Amino acid sequence: MRSSRTEVLQGTLDLLVLKTLDSMGPMHGFGIAARIRQVSEDLLQLNQGTLYPALLRLEQRGWIVSRWGVSENNRRAKYYSLTRAGRKQLAEEAESWDRMSAVINRVLRTS
Amino acid sequence: MRELCRVLIRRVAAVFHHRHLEDDLDAELRSHLEMAVELNLRKGMTAEDARREALRAFGGVEQIKEAYRDQRGLPMMETALQDLRFGFRMLRRSPGFSTLAVLCLTLGIGANAAVFSWIEGILLRPYPLVTHQDRLLAVSGTNRGASGSSDVSWPDFLDLQRSCTLIDAFIAEKITGTTLSIGDRAQRVPGSIVSANYFDAIGVHPILGRGFEPGEDSGRNAHPVTVISHQMWRERFNGDPAILGKTQILNGLPHTIVGVAPEGFYGTFVGYAFQFWVPASMQAQFDAGLYKLEDRGARWIEGFVRLKPGVTPEQAQAEISAVAKRLETDYPETNRGRGIRLFPLWQTPFNNAGALLPTLGVALGVVGAVLFIACANVGNLLLVRSFARRHEMTVRLAIGAGRGRLVRQLLTEGLLLSALAAAGGLVVAFWLRDALVLLVPPRGGVALRLPGELDWRVLALSAGVGLLSTLLFGLVPAILTSNIDLAGALRSQSGGVVGARGRSWVRSSLVLVQMSLSFVLLVGAGLLIQSLQGIRSARPGFSTQGVLTTSIDLFTAGYDAQRAKNFQDELVDRVQALAGVESAAFSRMTPFSYRNYSSAPIAVEGYETPPDQQPTAEYNEVGPGYLATMGIPLLSGREFTRSDNETARLVAVVNEPMAAEYWRGEDPVGKRLQVKGRWMQVVGVARVSKYRNFLETPKPFFYVPLRQNFSSQAGLNIRTPQSRGAMASALVREIHALDPGVAPQEIITMREQVDRSTSSQRIGVALLGVFGGLALLLAAIGLYGVMSYAVSQSTRELGLRMALGARASDLLRLVMSRGLALTGGGVVLGAAAALGSTRLLGYLLYNVSPRDPLAFGSASVVMMIASLAACFLPAWRATRTDPVRALRH
Repeated sequence: MRSSRTEVLQGTLDLLVLKTLDSMGPMHGFGIAARIRQVSEDLLQLNQGTLYPALLRLEQRGWIVSRWGVSENNRRAKYYSLTRAGRKQLAEEAESWDRMSAVINRVLRTS
Repeated sequence: MRELCRVLIRRVAAVFHHRHLEDDLDAELRSHLEMAVELNLRKGMTAEDARREALRAFGGVEQIKEAYRDQRGLPMMETALQDLRFGFRMLRRSPGFSTLAVLCLTLGIGANAAVFSWIEGILLRPYPLVTHQDRLLAVSGTNRGASGSSDVSWPDFLDLQRSCTLIDAFIAEKITGTTLSIGDRAQRVPGSIVSANYFDAIGVHPILGRGFEPGEDSGRNAHPVTVISHQMWRERFNGDPAILGKTQILNGLPHTIVGVAPEGFYGTFVGYAFQFWVPASMQAQFDAGLYKLEDRGARWIEGFVRLKPGVTPEQAQAEISAVAKRLETDYPETNRGRGIRLFPLWQTPFNNAGALLPTLGVALGVVGAVLFIACANVGNLLLVRSFARRHEMTVRLAIGAGRGRLVRQLLTEGLLLSALAAAGGLVVAFWLRDALVLLVPPRGGVALRLPGELDWRVLALSAGVGLLSTLLFGLVPAILTSNIDLAGALRSQSGGVVGARGRSWVRSSLVLVQMSLSFVLLVGAGLLIQSLQGIRSARPGFSTQGVLTTSIDLFTAGYDAQRAKNFQDELVDRVQALAGVESAAFSRMTPFSYRNYSSAPIAVEGYETPPDQQPTAEYNEVGPGYLATMGIPLLSGREFTRSDNETARLVAVVNEPMAAEYWRGEDPVGKRLQVKGRWMQVVGVARVSKYRNFLETPKPFFYVPLRQNFSSQAGLNIRTPQSRGAMASALVREIHALDPGVAPQEIITMREQVDRSTSSQRIGVALLGVFGGLALLLAAIGLYGVMSYAVSQSTRELGLRMALGARASDLLRLVMSRGLALTGGGVVLGAAAALGSTRLLGYLLYNVSPRDPLAFGSASVVMMIASLAACFLPAWRATRTDPVRALRH
């Protein structure tokens, strides 16, 4: 079970976060982590903590913004949401990811 | 790109909101963990398991925080700030050390910045408001077979202007002046005769009116127009906005004011602030009526060229030389052997740049040495501290600080010192920027203008020099510290031995270098003081006692030649009739004045001139009794009398070297000499004297009667035992009796006139004296530092010696001899360096050998005394060592 888990590639974490925020709307860090885990059906191994430097990086670039708010359980939490620039970035990255994986697939199949 | 900027801004902002963001991060991570725990509890885990699982899934909290912080701020900058804060704390903790170090460096950097600013303001960027100074070169004439440079004639100038294609503009200029009367006193103001393209070519636009128009520089006295300086406009015309079209009398002729130069423009002559400019067509009006615009043999222009962009000075020189060659073949009578040479502005031969160049070079060397000495001191101080802080450093290393981090910390402290010192140094430089002119006396009653220029280039260079030197000297302790061996450093610190080898060699050699550099400076100062004394007691070949001199400008007062001759004759009669006056005589020039002698090509009957050469000699136009008045002895023949006038035969008196060179030992009296194509009979031979300054070598020179070569702007020399003050009022009375509209210029003794010529030596003495003293003080501080450190590090040895029966005097001798050995080494090294370098002062030395034993000897004595003083306190402290405490330690 453990060995079939995959390490998250550097850089793909950004894509995952952006996509999550895109489909789920504003979320806090724990929520994002839980969602990634759930969607990947526990196959992605992610140290949840590494999410935070990534969130900061995205925020510094202006792709997401954060705001303190209150969670469903009445807990103070920082909510992240996608900006217009972030949406554009997501589209670009998703497209390049598709292209990349298609190329890699083709290479793997043909040899 | 925009994204990068945004990231950077946020990161920088984060550095300054450190505390707030840190709280934010804590809160966010805590809320994450709590949510995770809550979820786990809901899944049915025990409280402890829920917590452990949450932490496991999260990863190491502290590592994440660290990664987050690195992402958030600027880690490099944050550690730098940390170092800086720590550095400040260290400096504050030892205020004595910090003050001393900063003071040493401030003096060193300040002296350098001041000299840089002089070099910038006088040599490199001498002309404020003039554009493209980097493409400006000075133009001067050369004469084959003669050294030095000459001027350029107007026809040659026009031909060069027409023929050279690589040059944007030829700018002709000649310094001149006029006398403006202010009440009873006549005041000389400097101005300039320029070609019509002048203001356009240098890119200076008058704030009112215009510059000169093409064609205004041709014709004889055809365009009496002038552009006046901003200063003159403000002071003489009270800033009159309707000044254009008004007239100002210059040299007796009304000139229409057509423009006012912008504020801060002083013309293009190093040393003077020009007050007016006239076009070249007015040349004769300012040159005692001699019209030179059509005379190819009359060389009077000191000009500039502005190169076209991209043209090198070599290319321009090649083209100009080719044109000059052609002129030589086209006009052999006037141009044989004549060339044209370009000079960079800082070597300009005709203004004060060339004269100050060697002095500024010496100044640069001196302040460089002072900076080095100051840096060596700081280096030494840092070293001492790095040893004193060895314990601290060792502990830091032991608990895991990287060596790189320690080195960076020490360098930060060094940089902090140098930044403080650089700021202080710039303040010092700001005070000193105009100090140079204080050492140069006014000439002909006109104050000189020699400003320093503290522009960004000077600031950057000074800061760079300061930083570099501190880095260099901060690096030594840093490197030495990084060699600490952990075990050894924790051992006792006072087990050294006086004079032990080991790391102290670095400090000792620094002191050695300091001592030798100070020695060189002291020797230089000694040599210059001796030559100044030599000059003061030297005999220039004319009387310096009992002769007064002044100048009377009848040309400006509007006299024609005949009236001026009458006036001069009558005035001499009246002055000679005054009680106490032995004799009086006019002359166009007086020795050692700032003006130039006339110079002319000569031919001597019976003397074969080598082909391709044109002998020239300088001469003075003098009145009857001039040689007697000046106290210049006659060797044979007679001097001029009243009867050597316009109607009489042309005569001349030659000096000894001239007689020796052209008549080869025969008595030239009765022989003939041709000057500017006119034959003159030699009637006397005068003993050689100094003509311009003391350093000149004997050269051919002759005198002609003022009457036969008239100038209405002439000096009046009076031989009298009376004081200057008494004579001055009598003279003014006699002049006013003849014409109340004429006033004499400043009346001074010949002694004073001679003294004024020694300004370079005095600048040298001031520079070397002040900085030599400073260097010695710094070096003594360095020696003191080394010795007191050595004593403090060897208390155990000293205590042991005492316990074994050494007396206080033995210990005193031990420490003193060690200090003196350092000094002795410094003196030996310095003597070697001085023997090699003092000949650079050759141009300033009068009758003193650069290896003068007296200068070397007295410098050694001064060094010894200073180092005795520096070593005494540490040595005395050594004798106070308490053997019991020293040994128990």
